[in-house]
Formats: sequence, C-alpha cells, structure tokens
Amino acid sequence: MAAAAIELERLERRYGERVALRGVSVRVEVGQTLVVLGANGAGKTTLLRVLATLLRPHGGACRVLGHDLPAAAWEVRGLIGYLGHDPLLYRDLTGRENLGYHARLRGVAPGRVGEQLKAVGMERRADEPVRELSKGMVQRLAVARATLHDPALLLLDEPRANLDPGAAEQLEPLIGRGSGRTRVMVTHDVEGGLTEADLALGLRGASQAFALRAAGVSPSEARGLYA
Amino acid sequence: MYSKGFRPLSIAAVLATGTALALIFFYAPNDADQGFIQKIFYVHVPMAIVALGGFVAGGIMGIRHLRTGDRSWDMRSYVAIHLSIILGAGVLITGAIWAKASWGHWWVWDEPVLVSFLVVWLLYCVYYPLRYSIEDPDRQARYSSVFAIAAGAFVPINFVAVRLAEAYTHPRVLSQTGGSLPGEMRLTFLVSTLAMTLLFVTLWKLELTSKHASMQLKRLRRRLEATA
Amino acid sequence: MIRTAATILRKDLRIELRTRESVPAMALFTVTVYVLFHFGLDRDSLDGELASGVLWVTLLLATVIGVSRLFATEREQGGIDALLLAPVDRTALFLAKAAALFLYLLALEVVAVPAFGLLLLGPDLVDTLPELPAILLLADVGLASVGALVAALAIETRARELIVPLLLLPLLVPLLIGAASATEPLLRGDQAAEGLGRFLALLAAYDAVFVLIAVAVFDFLLDD
Repeated sequence: MAAAAIELERLERRYGERVALRGVSVRVEVGQTLVVLGANGAGKTTLLRVLATLLRPHGGACRVLGHDLPAAAWEVRGLIGYLGHDPLLYRDLTGRENLGYHARLRGVAPGRVGEQLKAVGMERRADEPVRELSKGMVQRLAVARATLHDPALLLLDEPRANLDPGAAEQLEPLIGRGSGRTRVMVTHDVEGGLTEADLALGLRGASQAFALRAAGVSPSEARGLYA
Repeated sequence: MYSKGFRPLSIAAVLATGTALALIFFYAPNDADQGFIQKIFYVHVPMAIVALGGFVAGGIMGIRHLRTGDRSWDMRSYVAIHLSIILGAGVLITGAIWAKASWGHWWVWDEPVLVSFLVVWLLYCVYYPLRYSIEDPDRQARYSSVFAIAAGAFVPINFVAVRLAEAYTHPRVLSQTGGSLPGEMRLTFLVSTLAMTLLFVTLWKLELTSKHASMQLKRLRRRLEATA
Repeated sequence: MIRTAATILRKDLRIELRTRESVPAMALFTVTVYVLFHFGLDRDSLDGELASGVLWVTLLLATVIGVSRLFATEREQGGIDALLLAPVDRTALFLAKAAALFLYLLALEVVAVPAFGLLLLGPDLVDTLPELPAILLLADVGLASVGALVAALAIETRARELIVPLLLLPLLVPLLIGAASATEPLLRGDQAAEGLGRFLALLAAYDAVFVLIAVAVFDFLLDD
C-alpha cells in the first residue's frame, strides 16, 4: 500500500493546559481532498497549523507526506503550500518582489514568478506595492505565493473568502481539485466543501465529531456541528 | 520527584548554618581596621558567590533543557535564577551596609565586584517580565532558557569588563579578599560559604518540590472537573 | 545559508529604503538627545569622559529603537509564518537580521557622529573624530549581534517595548565600557592613548562571545 499523504493518529495539541485539539485520527490518500468543518474555536486552524509544521503536535502520531512531525518538519516545509488568513506578503513590496523573495528563499527558478503572476491574473498589477491592492488581488498573490514551489500538499484556510466567482474559477487550476494536489481545506461553506471533498472531518469542541467519506455526510448532519 | 535526599540535605544545611554563625560571632577575630562590622563579610561574600553560581547554574540547566527538550530543566533553571535574584538583593543590601560602615557611603563605584554585581542583578531582574509575558508554556520555557544561557555567559564578561575599566581609572593593588586571609578568618569564610551553598540547594529543592506539587494538584483538579 | 541570509537582508533593506522607518527615526532621536544633553548639562561643548559617555550612551539608546523595529516588518506584514514555512535556517535569519542592524547603525553613525562633533565638541576636538571608525565598527558588530538576539527574544512577549530596552541595555554595559573608555582619550585630544588596545580587545572578545551565543541559541527562538 502506498504511503498516505496524511496520517493522523489520535493527534493532540494543547495551548498551555487548554486542549485545542484531541483525538483526531484521519487518513488522506495522495490526491484526495479533506474538508475540515466545525464552528469557530473547534480547532480547525490549529489542525492546519500543525500540518503546516507551525505548531508542534503534543500527542498522538502525525505523518505528513511520509515524514513524521515534528521531527521531520524541515523536510515537510519544502513540500507544502499554506494559505491561511494572513496572505504572508510584505505590504511595502510589490507582488513581483514578494514572489521573487519567496522564490529565492525556496530555491525556485526565477522564471516561475512570471508564470505564477500570469496564472493568477496579476501580471498587470504585479509592480504595485501590495498595500495598494484590493483584498481580492492580495488573495490572488497569496495563492501565487502558496503554490510557487509546486507543493504536493495544499493547506487552505477559507481559500475563497475574498474572491469573486470569476477569480475563484481562475484559481481553480492552482488550488482546486484540478490541481491534482492533495488538499486539506477549512471552510464554513458546508455544501460547497462537501461536494468538493473526498473526505470530511468534523470538529466540535477541540475533538473529532466524525471523519467519513464526504459523500456519506449530509449537509444537515454537518450543520449540526455549528449548533 | 525532587524530594530525594531532602531530609539529610536540610539537616546538613541547618548544622552548617549554625556552625557558620557560631564561628562568625565567637571564633573569627574582629578586623583590626574595621572592627565588628567587617563580619558582614562572612554573609556578603558567600551570598554573592552563591548567587553568581546560581545564575551560571541556571544557564547550564537552560542548556540541558534546550538539549533534551525536558521542561523540568527549565523549572530547575527558573528556581535557581529566582533564588539567586533574591540572594542578589541581599548581596546589594549587605554590600551597601558594609560600604557605609567602612567608607561612609552607601554606594561606591570603585568597587568593581559590587558594581558588576549590580549590572548582573539588573539584567536578571528582566527575567521575570520576559518569562511571564510569554503565554504558551513550551515557548515560555524555551525563551527563558535562551535568556538564562545568554545571561549566564554575560556574567563573566561583565566582570572582566568592569574590572578592566576600574583598573584603568583606579589602579589598585591586589584585592583584599584574596588569599591573604588569616587562618581563623579563612576557616570562618569557608564554612560560611559552605553553609550558604547548602542553604541555597535546600531552598532550591524545597521550591521545586512545592512547584511540582502545586502543578500536580492543578492537573488533578482539572481532571476531576472534566469527569464531574 | 549565506544566500538565504542575503535574500532576507536584501528584502529588509529594500523595505527600509522604501518606508524609511528605522534609520531616520534613530538619527532624529540621536540628534534630539544631543540637544537634550546640551540643556541638561548646560554646556556648549564637552570633552574627555563626559563627551565619550554622552556619545556612546546616546548611540546605545538609539540602538534600542533599531532593535524594537528589527522584526517589525515580519510582525506587521510579512508574517513570521512565512519565514518559518520556507525552510529557512535560523542561523541565516540571525545573520540577516544582525547584518541589517549593523548597516542601520553604520548609516546612523554617518549622521550622528558628525552631528555630535558639530553640536557638542569643542572645535579643536573635531579633528580627532576620524580615529573613531575602528571603535565604531567593533562596537557595531556587538550591538548588532546582541540586538538581533534581544529582538528575537522579545518577539513573543506581550510587553515588547518594555522588554527590549530592559534586556538590551544591561547586556550592553561591557560594550559601553569598552567603547567609551577607548573613545575617551581621543576626545581629550590625547593621541597617545594608553590602554586603547586593551579596550579594543575587550570589544572584540565581547563581539565574538555574543555572535557565538546568538548563533547557538537562535535555533530555539521563533519556532513553536
């Protein structure tokens, strides 16, 4: 059996004494999409940050792309694309400069910068400081940044929050199903998330409520998480 | 977990302290120039030595913590630094009293050891705000250890620097607390230092045990609340 | 690693050139403090120990500003997460931040030292200032490495603006002793400075120790 993209076994993470995530066990195969559902504070972002190596797991087992976390965080960092709430762009630099900076840090060929700008439709405004761009445009650049190094695993936190439908469609090849990447997606859009995903993970009060095939979860059941 | 050997240690500390006090008051001769007040030396200097030792030990425990990732070493480091800061306040106060008695001023800048000690003490006082303004416990432990290591290395550099500056502006002959102590004073001094060291280690263990116990208690209470 | 450090440094310098946040603030602060000393001491010109002390204490205080702002772009815009997500070696990050601070300090001194000479030194002493660069360079290495370490230590604390000066200034006491004592004979118009070598050696030793410590412990900062 080929190694799974993500294997979590009773994953636990605390902030001090407070438990932020407990007993999460899920297995995502390469190329699959996992949608993470749950109310605010249920631990969705914590899970994403653990997978991104930004937070250390405190208990259980966590394997990402065949590497154990937190021991092999370094290897994992090169393979994931993280798109969180924060675009992680310097507002005083232009889009092109931001991407160029990340390309150099990650050892990506400089030619990729132009390609990515084109792919997210930001070529024309690539030389304006990020602070002068609208939220939607910043999000496009953030997508370009997160996929710059062609990551095998995408970690997406509300990826379409600031995008109009047209932009969302344009970014499909980079962060959508069609990208062929394994994806973990946090969203409040229950129906959209469930149709897009192979697997669904429901979190309630820092614990796992369910981890099932997405097709087997009815939207009304998922909505119960928010009650 | 920290209470192993606590009873013999505390008995030894009490005995050594009693002996040291007896020696200070009844055995050590009064100093020819300074008279009785010179006896504060037997408190002041051992206290300073033990406090500095505690600071450096805190740094070494910090290294152990970062190396092993075992947070109990951070707790050890924290308690060592905490006690050393308290002793440090004692060093500065007894130093001021001694300075007032023998030189007529509460503070003298041309005593390099005391001046260095003040700088070191001021630096270590920042340990508390640094430690307690970091909320995440793992991170708090790690940042505190980094502080403990950097500050521990700072201690000797600072002493060299201050002595260099003083030697330059106030050339002085050998330090008077060097190896030239007469026999009785020397013995009293050594016993006092031993007593202070034992006292420090005893208090360190006591504090660690109580910290550990209160942490256990908190954990149990939390578990009880969770099941109730 | 050097390449990564250069990339981060170039980014920091580009942002600094574009926003002009740190260096102008440090320079303005320094000149203001010289004016304060003029009134506070009620003296038109200084020399010797007093001059050297005023020069160096002011530079140290200006360093506090630079250190507080050192990770500001990461905190306020780019996100520390971005640096953590890219496999960036901590040593490279330390080198980049220390180099940035070092360059800021050099830029500051280009303004601050002549301003000091102009505002507070007697006319016959201004000529001695060209002797300063060796001392300034050695001191800047120490200021930059301790500064980068303190900036990283304070980054997670709530009361950052309090922690930085409280932590930085005592740590800089040996550096102040070395730099001020080495400068003092120059500002007395005493060219045959005895003991200069000793204080330069002190500065060099201080630099070496803190660069090594910072490189060794930086791995444990910033990460979760």
